[in-house]
Order: sequence, then structure tokens, then C-alpha cells
Amino acid sequence: MYQHTRLSKGSFSLFQKFKSFDYILLACILLLGTLSLTTMYSTDGGKVLFHTKSHFVKLVTFTIMMLIFSFINIKFWFSIGYLFYLIVIGLLIWTYYFGIKASGSQRWMDLYFINLQPSELMKICIILCLAKYFHRMKLENVNSIYTILTSLIIILLPMGLVIVQPDLGTSLLISISGIAVLWFAGINHKYFIYTMIGFLISLPFIISFLKPYQKLRVLSFLNPDRDPLGAGYQIIQSKIAVGSGGLFGKGFLKGTQSYLEFLPEKHTDFIFTLFSEEFGFVGSALLLIIYAITIYRIVVIGASSRSYFAKIFCYSFAAAIFVYITINMSMVLGLLPIVGSPLPIMSYGGSSMLATMIGFGIVMSAKVHSQQAIA
Amino acid sequence: MINSSSDSVKKLNSINRRMFITGSLKFFIMMGLISRLFFLQVKENKKYLTLSDKNRIREWKLAPVRGEIYDYFGNVIAGNFEAYQLHVIPEQVEDFRYVIYRLKDLLELSDKSFKKVLKKKNEIKPWETLIVSDNLSWENFSKINNHLYDLNGVKPVISISRNYPFKENFTHVIGYVSQANENDIENNEIIKKNFVPGLKVGKTGLEKSLEQQLIGSNDIERYEVNAYGRRISQLEFQKGQKGESLRLTIDTEIQKLANVLLKDQAGSICVMDIYSGSIIAMHSSPSFDPNLFVFGISKDDWQLIRNDPMKPLVNKTLQGNYSPGSTIKPIVALSALENGIINTNFTVKCTGKTELYGQTYHCWKKKGHGFVSLRNAMKQSCDTYFYEIARKLGVDKLSETAKKFGLGDKVFDKLFDIEKKGLVPNTQWKKNALGKGWLLGETIITGIGQGYIQTTPIQLCLMTAQIANGGYKIYPKIIVDDKNKDQPDDKFTPLYENPENIRIVQDAMFGSTNEVMGTSYRSRISDPKYQFAGKTGTAQVKKITERDRELDLKTFQIPYEERDHALYIAYGPYKHPRYAVSVIVEHGGNGSTTAAPMAKKLFKSIIDRHELRVSINNKRYMDI
Repeated sequence: MYQHTRLSKGSFSLFQKFKSFDYILLACILLLGTLSLTTMYSTDGGKVLFHTKSHFVKLVTFTIMMLIFSFINIKFWFSIGYLFYLIVIGLLIWTYYFGIKASGSQRWMDLYFINLQPSELMKICIILCLAKYFHRMKLENVNSIYTILTSLIIILLPMGLVIVQPDLGTSLLISISGIAVLWFAGINHKYFIYTMIGFLISLPFIISFLKPYQKLRVLSFLNPDRDPLGAGYQIIQSKIAVGSGGLFGKGFLKGTQSYLEFLPEKHTDFIFTLFSEEFGFVGSALLLIIYAITIYRIVVIGASSRSYFAKIFCYSFAAAIFVYITINMSMVLGLLPIVGSPLPIMSYGGSSMLATMIGFGIVMSAKVHSQQAIA
Repeated sequence: MINSSSDSVKKLNSINRRMFITGSLKFFIMMGLISRLFFLQVKENKKYLTLSDKNRIREWKLAPVRGEIYDYFGNVIAGNFEAYQLHVIPEQVEDFRYVIYRLKDLLELSDKSFKKVLKKKNEIKPWETLIVSDNLSWENFSKINNHLYDLNGVKPVISISRNYPFKENFTHVIGYVSQANENDIENNEIIKKNFVPGLKVGKTGLEKSLEQQLIGSNDIERYEVNAYGRRISQLEFQKGQKGESLRLTIDTEIQKLANVLLKDQAGSICVMDIYSGSIIAMHSSPSFDPNLFVFGISKDDWQLIRNDPMKPLVNKTLQGNYSPGSTIKPIVALSALENGIINTNFTVKCTGKTELYGQTYHCWKKKGHGFVSLRNAMKQSCDTYFYEIARKLGVDKLSETAKKFGLGDKVFDKLFDIEKKGLVPNTQWKKNALGKGWLLGETIITGIGQGYIQTTPIQLCLMTAQIANGGYKIYPKIIVDDKNKDQPDDKFTPLYENPENIRIVQDAMFGSTNEVMGTSYRSRISDPKYQFAGKTGTAQVKKITERDRELDLKTFQIPYEERDHALYIAYGPYKHPRYAVSVIVEHGGNGSTTAAPMAKKLFKSIIDRHELRVSINNKRYMDI
């Protein structure tokens, strides 16, 4: 094994840390932030109103937080993996009993200055926790019953806590984050295939357990014209918004679908429709490319990391981000039923941004400390 | 530290392999998303752009402005006036209850109409216009304007509406407009196309049949609206076309005179130009004020019109099927002459009654006329003479001539949907319609215009005109420069075999009016300028019994419904005829005492106004 004398010192100078920053990733994040602010400004009807201001404050705060996180040694993130997970589980339980109820579900906890959604944090800390769990595991042990059961419990526990809120969308995203880690950790691909087959077979039964409004979403996904003013309204209007954007879009602040309030949830889950309506195919493709570069950079950082923990974390985080983007866009473009899933960074919502920024922070820390090995 | 090197290498291999799989998967999914975006935004762009416009752009149509109708001299007989309306937009009113009760007080609205307004308010969206009143009096309108300071959100609006300045004079010709109902919309494409709530369309008369020309097209306002239907901004205002104006051939003065002459009586007067077929006057009495219908007629007014025993709702000129009585005699005589049955020397002895086929047929004169020739028989309207020639002629030949002269068919073709055809019977008709053979006795009474034969006043007028112009076919018209109607080719084709026959009939009609013993001698005008020729008629409403003949009651002694209809046809001036007239007074008693004097007054006026009528025409051509 290599022994770098520099590494044994345990830390580098601040200047070196700055130097080893991934500036491309940082630029992408800042660019996304700017785009999201611009879009938010448009949702406010071309004025700096509540959403724009609030989004700006969060963006700045969390970007600074991300930068601070990136200076913290990757070893630290490794060491707090389980603790972080447990804390968030605790928060979820707290939310279950004392959370704030809003629009039919109990997802938020009141922190006086901010309403936190612990389920969003769970998306990131489940990766952290599982990455730590698999870090030291020998490959032959990975497929043991004990390991699989333990990791399944780690995934199912928060899932269950989120489902009872009820918030099916987020719980699915949490499980996908978890499954991504299992995949990279090297669990036999047969299990994934079996699970997939099992899922598909049991799909009809799962649907029968869905709540009426969720069933309606599935039905209206299959045929939006079934109830164009009711359940199908969101899908139809969002497709109209995207489709009417054309090649170059209707122009900034000129999206009629959003301006005239035809778009539902335009600040949060459907922010992409507004962006797409105003900036067209060119703008949307550009946004997708920025996301692609972001993900690519995360993967590159993972590949160049020395520690197995950092690798798993980066790969899984990249996969998770990719899945979030894909699910959100597919939903907006009418390729998937409507599930509540925000578009990372673009969507309005503090908890989601906090979780994403923590993720980026850890990735950045992995880059800065890429030569750091973890015992 | 990773110390077990083989394990760590394996682990690295595994994770890198899986990363590779994941990476390629991501790439394909990303491509899939981009192609979906491309599909929606570039390929299907047009479809979604249209849908988006459909979402955001909404049209508001405004009621079109109807074309005016003028008389021959350019007087407006169906015009547009500015109606004062009161609109309220509930959303803009701070305290709706206060404002609406205040309005109720100011306008003195009845509880019923007030409730109607409140009901309408609940049906519309708060930003839509609520019409509180659609035709305010000037007094109320100014009252509202004076109180506007505490009526926030109330808008006094001036809108355009129909009015008929000559009231009952033209009702049956031009009809009236009223709010369109479902039937109107369904049956007429152009109404459907231009429909807006509150649109007024023609319900009867020319207003109905010429809807296509009169209606015009909507002003269209295009607004951008939001998801809740609220108007955000006006995008476009497309001015509509005003409906085409119409000029009628009718002379308002004559029309008014006809109304005065028939005052308090049921009947009809038609005046026609015998060469052009232009209708100079066409009135059916009693009439009613069409303005009552424009904003919806009140229940009381409607009952009054509907239950009037003289039936103002019936257009007697076109819908009234009357027995022509003696006014058919010129046609009977003409037919007999044409068919060579008689000549001017043919005489019949009238003894007051005649036995034919075991039936007694009475002449109107009990004592009889003695020996009468054609000219005398027409002049004195001897029934016996016409029984005889009808018998000789036969009903089939008679009906042929009658049909040639326009009886038994619609005069205005499709212009008025209510127009009746009348009935000219013949043997074939009776077989088909009643399934019975023709009886000779029926021929005999047809000869004096009784029995099955039925004519409308306008048909009688056309018949007279065609006799007066020397026996040439004309097509009556009521609209000057009617674009919809081409002049038929057979206009002015001769209807006679021998022009001499027409002259004989004309001469006989002259005698009937201008010579002693003539039935309308008392109504003659001796001044050759106004001198006219005519034929009286008295149509029985019920069969005259022997008892009636014995009683020989005067008209006023008979109950109204059983009195005879009085008819008169005439043309003049005799030397150079220009106009034909037909007069029918329902239950008027006797043609010579009731109908003929009206014709006298009409001719005076018609011929006096002839110069003016012609000069208008000349001037028109000079202007061009």
C-alpha cells in the first residue's frame, strides 16, 4: 500500500484545501442556484416577493454551509454516520407525535425560525449511514443474510416513519437512496432482479392499498383526459406549459401558463414547467446538461477518492440526485404519475435544499480530502 | 486503512463495474428525458401552443347592430335607438346589499323583478356584468346618474336597441324583434353564429325572414384571462359589421291612411304598383305596437292582444283566406271570354233567382236585373248571369284562368313563412283532397266567388293589378333592389289569349264604378285624374237561409260574427292605370257601402303622391 508522507500529517493548509476544490461542481451548483432564483422571481410575477426573498436567503445560507462542510475532514462525516441517522430517526418520531399538520399530512417540525422536514434530511443521512455500514465490510460478507437484513431494517425504519405521515413520495425517494447504496456496496444483483420482479407482480396489490387520491393520480396519469378539470388538471396544464414553450420559449417573465395561474404548485414540484415554458427546449436541455455535469463531477470525485466510504457516498449520492431529477421531470412531462418530489436546488423548499447542500458539502469534503484514507 | 489488499481490489472492481452500469443507465435515461422534451416542445409545439392560447384567450361577443328598415322615401320604420341600461359588477361593489336596495328604491322596482335580479346575481361570477335594468326611462336614468356618488360599482350604460317609430302601422309587414330563444338559435345558422345573451332577433314579418341581412355581425373583444376566468387584459377589439339596411317599396303615408281607414275594424288593405309590382301599402287591421315586444311584453299586454276577437296577431293580408265573393267576377268573365263561351252580346235573363239541377240560386237583387249582357252584369254584379256563364264554362277552365292571374299560390313566394296559398278548386283537387266527385252546383257558386274558393287579400290585389296592366304577369315585391331575388324571366309575359278580352273586362269594371246603377257608383271620383275602376264583393260568412231572405235584415241588425265580409278591388287612374287596390273589411256588411268608400279615399291619396314617388326615383338616378 502507498504511504503518503503528506497524509500522515493529518491535515493540509487552508490554501491547499482551496486549491483542491472542485470548481466545476461549485460553478454548477451556483449556476443552478442562480437559475432557480431567476425562476422563482418569475413565479412571483416578476417581482421580488416572499418566495424569491426566502429562496435567496436559504440559497446563500446553505451554500455557505456547504462551503464550511467541505473543509471538514471526510473522517468526521464517516464518524457521525450512525449518529446522524439516529438523530433524524428521532426527529421523525418527534414529528410523528408533535409535528405540524399541513394539507393533510404531518411532515414538518416547528423549529421557531424554520419549519424543518426531517424526511428530506433522511434522504441524505440514509446514504451516509449505509455507506459507513458497508465501508469496512468484506465483500464476501456483504451478501450474508445478517447484512442484508440489517441494511433492510436501516432502510425500512425511516420509510415506515415517513409513510405514516403520510408521504409516499419522499419515502420512496428515501428507499431509492438506500437501495443505491446497497447496489454500489455489491449486494448480489440477483436480489435486485428478484426484488424488481416481486415489485412488479405485487404492483396491483400495492395500488389497491393506496389512498383514494393516490389511486386517482395513477388513473389520471394513465389517462389525463379522464377528468381534465380535476385529477388530470395538473398533468394536462403542465404538459401544455412545457409544450407551448417551443424551441426557444416564450421569454423570461412571459410564461402565460404560470403568469395566468394555470400551473399548480409552480414554486415547488412543478418549477421545471415554468422554466421550460419560458426558456423552451434550448433552456431545458441546458438545465439538464448542467445537472448532468453536476452528477458527472460527483461521480468523478467518487472515482478519485481513496476511501471506500467516500466512493460509495459519492456514487450513491449522484445516483440519488439523478433519480430525484428523473422522477420530477418524468412526472412533469407526463411520463410518471404525480408523486411529490422536488427538483433538487430548483424547487422552493428549505429542507430539500438543506439536504441537497449537506450532500454537496460531503462530496466537496471528499474531493478536498480525496487522499484521506479512513481506517 | 484498507489492509486486505485482495478484498479491497475486489471491492474496487465491483463498485467500479456497477458504477459503469449505473452511468450508462443514467446516460440513456437522460437521453430519454431530452427526447421527451424535444417531442413535447418542438414536435408537438403547435398543438400545445394552441391549447395554451385556448387556456388564456377568451372571446366576448357583443350584440351586433341591426340594419335599419326604411320606407320608399327614406323614413326610418325600424330603427335603432339608444336604450339606457343599468349594469352592476358585483365584485366592484363594496356593499352589494346596500347598493341593490338603494337601486330598488330609486327605480321603484317591483318585488318580483327585484327577486329576478337577485337570482341572476347568484348565477353569475362576481366579475361578470349584472344587468339590473335593460330599458330605463330617461327620468330614471338621470336619477341614477344624480345618485352615482353613493352607488359605487353601478354603471349607467347606453346600448343600442330596436324601435319602431310608426308603432302599429307596419307591424304585420316588418314584424318585431325580441330576445332570441332556443328555437331561434337552433333553426337559424346566423343567429347561432352571432348569438350573445340578450340578442334580439326577428320573430315575425320581414325582421324574421330577412334576419340574414339585418342581423350584422358581432363586435368581438378578446381578453387574456387567468385560470379563474378573470379578465387580465384586452388583446384585441374586432369591430363587427352593422346589418344591411333595407328600403321597402311602401309609402308610409298610404300605409298610415290604410290604418286610419280600417280603424276599429278587422280587415286588410293592399296597394300595388301594377307595372313594377311594388307594394305601396299592405296593412292588416287591427294591429298592435311592436315596441311592446322588444324588451319582452308584459303579461297584461299580451293577454289583451291575444284575446282580442279581431285577432291582431293574424296578418290578414297574407294569412286571411276569404271567399272572394263578387270580386272574382272579372276573372270569371275573362275566362268565359277567353274560352269563347260568350261574347259581349251574350245575354241572360235575371229574375232574381234561378233553378238549376234542382237547387234554387238567388241573385242578390230579389226583383232581378231583367235581360243583362256581360257589361251590365259586371256593373250591377248580377249573380244570375255569372251562374249561367260559370255553368257553361266549367270549373276546370275557370280555375286555369284564376291560377294564371295569381290566385291559389303564394304571392311573395318564400318571403313570408306565414303566407297562405288560398284555394282555387277544380274537379281534380276535390277528388284528391276530399275524395268526392265535383258537383255542378259547386261550379255555379264558384262563379260568384263562394264555395270552396278562397283567396288572400294580396292575391286579389295582384289579380286586379294584372287585369289593370293589360294582362301581363308581374311579381310583387316589397323591397327595393332586392339582392336575393332575381327578376324572373316570365315577367310581363301576356296572360291573355286575346287582349281585347282584357279591355272588355276593364271597361265593365269602369262601368261598375262610374256609371249609374254601378255597384260602387256612390264611391266614384269623376275627376279623370283620380278616376278609378273597380268591383265590389260581399262574401257570405254563413249560408243564407230562407228565413234570412224573408227577414232581409240590415247589416247592423245581424250579430257581428255573422255579417258578410265586405270586399272591393279597384285600379286607377282609369285612363292611364298605375295602381291596384284591394280592400277587405271582415264582417263589414256590404262591399259597396263599406269597402268601396275606403278605396276612394285611398286613390285620392295614392294618385296625389304619385308625382312625389316618381320624382324620388328620378332624383335617385340623377344622383348617380
